[in-house]
Amino acid sequence: MFESLTEKLGSALRNFRGVGQLTDANMADALKEVRTALLAADVHFKVARDFVERVQTQCVGQQVLKGVAPGQQVVKIIHDELVRLLGEGENSLSTARPLKILMVGLHGSGKTTSSAKLGKLLKKRGYRPLVAACDVYRPAAIDQLEILAKQEELAFYSDRVSKDVPAIGAAALATAQATGCDCIIFDTAGRLQIDPELIAEVKKLHAVVQPDEVLLVADGALGQEAVNVAKAFHDALALTGLVLTKMDGDARGGAALSIKSIAQVPIKFIGTGEKTADFDTFYPERLASRILGMGDVVSLVEKAQETIDHKEAEKMAEKMRKADFDLEDFLAQMQQIKKLGSMQSIVGMMPGMSGVQLPDDSEKQMARTEAIIKSMTKQERRKPDILNGSRRKRIADGSGVKIVEVNQLLKQFQQMQQMMKMMKGGGSKKMMKQLEAMQSQRGKLRF
Amino acid sequence: MFGLFKKFKDGFAKTVTAIAAKTHGLFGARIIDASSLETLEEALYTADFGVETTEEILAEIKTAYKKDATLHGQQAAAIGAAVLKRALAGAEGDLRPAASAPTVIAMIGVNGSGKTTTAAKLAWRLKQDGKTVTLAACDTFRAAAVEQLKTWAIRLDLEIVASHTGADSASVAFDAWQAAKSRGRDYLIVDTAGRLHTKSNLMEELAKIRRVLQKHDPTAPQHRWLVVDGSLGSNSIEQARVFHQSFGLTGLVVTKLDGTSRGGALVGIWRQLKLPIYFLGLGEQAEDLQPFSVDNYVKAVFGLED
Repeated sequence: MFESLTEKLGSALRNFRGVGQLTDANMADALKEVRTALLAADVHFKVARDFVERVQTQCVGQQVLKGVAPGQQVVKIIHDELVRLLGEGENSLSTARPLKILMVGLHGSGKTTSSAKLGKLLKKRGYRPLVAACDVYRPAAIDQLEILAKQEELAFYSDRVSKDVPAIGAAALATAQATGCDCIIFDTAGRLQIDPELIAEVKKLHAVVQPDEVLLVADGALGQEAVNVAKAFHDALALTGLVLTKMDGDARGGAALSIKSIAQVPIKFIGTGEKTADFDTFYPERLASRILGMGDVVSLVEKAQETIDHKEAEKMAEKMRKADFDLEDFLAQMQQIKKLGSMQSIVGMMPGMSGVQLPDDSEKQMARTEAIIKSMTKQERRKPDILNGSRRKRIADGSGVKIVEVNQLLKQFQQMQQMMKMMKGGGSKKMMKQLEAMQSQRGKLRF
Repeated sequence: MFGLFKKFKDGFAKTVTAIAAKTHGLFGARIIDASSLETLEEALYTADFGVETTEEILAEIKTAYKKDATLHGQQAAAIGAAVLKRALAGAEGDLRPAASAPTVIAMIGVNGSGKTTTAAKLAWRLKQDGKTVTLAACDTFRAAAVEQLKTWAIRLDLEIVASHTGADSASVAFDAWQAAKSRGRDYLIVDTAGRLHTKSNLMEELAKIRRVLQKHDPTAPQHRWLVVDGSLGSNSIEQARVFHQSFGLTGLVVTKLDGTSRGGALVGIWRQLKLPIYFLGLGEQAEDLQPFSVDNYVKAVFGLED
């Protein structure tokens, strides 16, 4: 899986401590790693090169901050520059009423689904949207949009006989006006940017309906050609925004940076799942972290802030500090984590773990762990030392697991306690070793 | 042979985006120099070959350049082609029928990769070869996916077993196998719903389709092909890896290569997972699904003539 850029830079800048300033010479290796990371994230070659050059001029001459590893500092500069670039431009929608939105893109990028998702979102914002089926080529594309529109209770227009797309667009517009809809989303057929006939067709549609927004729908996993695709669509239709789809996968989304840099089109929305509600406003910080393989720490922190009870967390930290952490606390902590969402989505947001897949049964494992602890008496939870053979058997029976699993949990808990004691004693070196040992048997860990 | 290559090249390089064109005649009679090496690097990266393959090709050209400062563009192209050919040795898939009919081919992949279209095109192709084919519309999740395959079936006069959206996909597969068997068909092509490889619950559905088919025939589905969008970048390797882990893939179909993308990610997938590539999608028409040929692919990419 992806090694995080932070880790890579760590190794590129290993012999870098004690250096007072970042210079061309001592930056060279690090910047090469940055370029490779960008290329591996599918950022276009030229964009990656220009980006690295720009970052270089920013870095050189900067003092290395005290207490910060130079690698981290470089990553910070890169990250900030990336956020700036990605976030440039107006990424909210036009305020025109009626609001006319034209959805365009390659085949299979997710135009029809995104049209319905956008309709749902705008309905929530108080519009009365109508979705218009302008894809007359793909078999059953009209049916697909109609079903989604029905599902979301959006007004829908189609003409199953006509193949005249501009005329369909005009009729949809008239229907919207007649029925009091103040937002019209035109779903169009997938087309190659180099197909002159189909590009001419969508240009005609554009001329007829005069959209306020022209959104390019692009697969978040798009490769190097993203640039040519976006440029051609932009030249033909003057795009006003980008919808990045399938971002619930593990694509790093480098194409977005390419498109943004070359076509200067702001990213407006992100598709993040199969359900019509899985459609988000775009946050440049999050995508920047993702492209760099840094995880989405910001989102995780926000999510944690929303869901974790602060007092509870402080209490827990205090207990950990005093190494006074029992199974009761362990259970409470686990329940807090569960509130954050699925384990997989949490792990995906952690730095360096964006591509890591948890075993499918990790959620089940957590439930089992919970069951085991819940089968203990309060006294046992507070003093796990008293758990002898017969108590363990009773717990195993009570929670429906094997004794081995109870033993494993207790062993893991013991390790945790030891670590806390070490933390208390300041034995950080010893703790790192312990951590490594635990990491190496990660597969066996229950939690 | 020439006709096939032409189709390949036409579909593959509609706008003459072969690497040769991108490098402005770099692979012509001109002598290579430092700046043309950088152009070459750009051309290789923009073909989505990825870091590993690109660096390998560049290293070999650089080595040759050091030995011979008068290295010509065409020689460099030949070196690149040789490296790519070596990397892809054995990557051609050869569709063989199973011991007992029907041979089951399952089409799987992420959303929008072109599974339904490929299933229809493949059925048509097999039919042209004189085989009998049944289609199973097992994408019961995406709105109107069943209708999409049905429309194809009518258009190309193909046999199809389908239920309705929301139906149990495994039971459609089960019924379709039975229908194909009792009618004595050679092939059963199973179209499945698109799913991102990161969704483990949806991956479970695939396993169920497989289990159910195996009640009929323990070896089914004999072919488990990942349909990959050729315009995607490095993430398609991750897609392949995860689908392979959970479903045990036997091959690939790379689609949408009629655009300007050169589908370089297929090289990365082959290198990492050794999954043979059976077909390439080179256009919207039914006959645009072409068998993968390493020779033709490499020639088209490097703009070499047959």
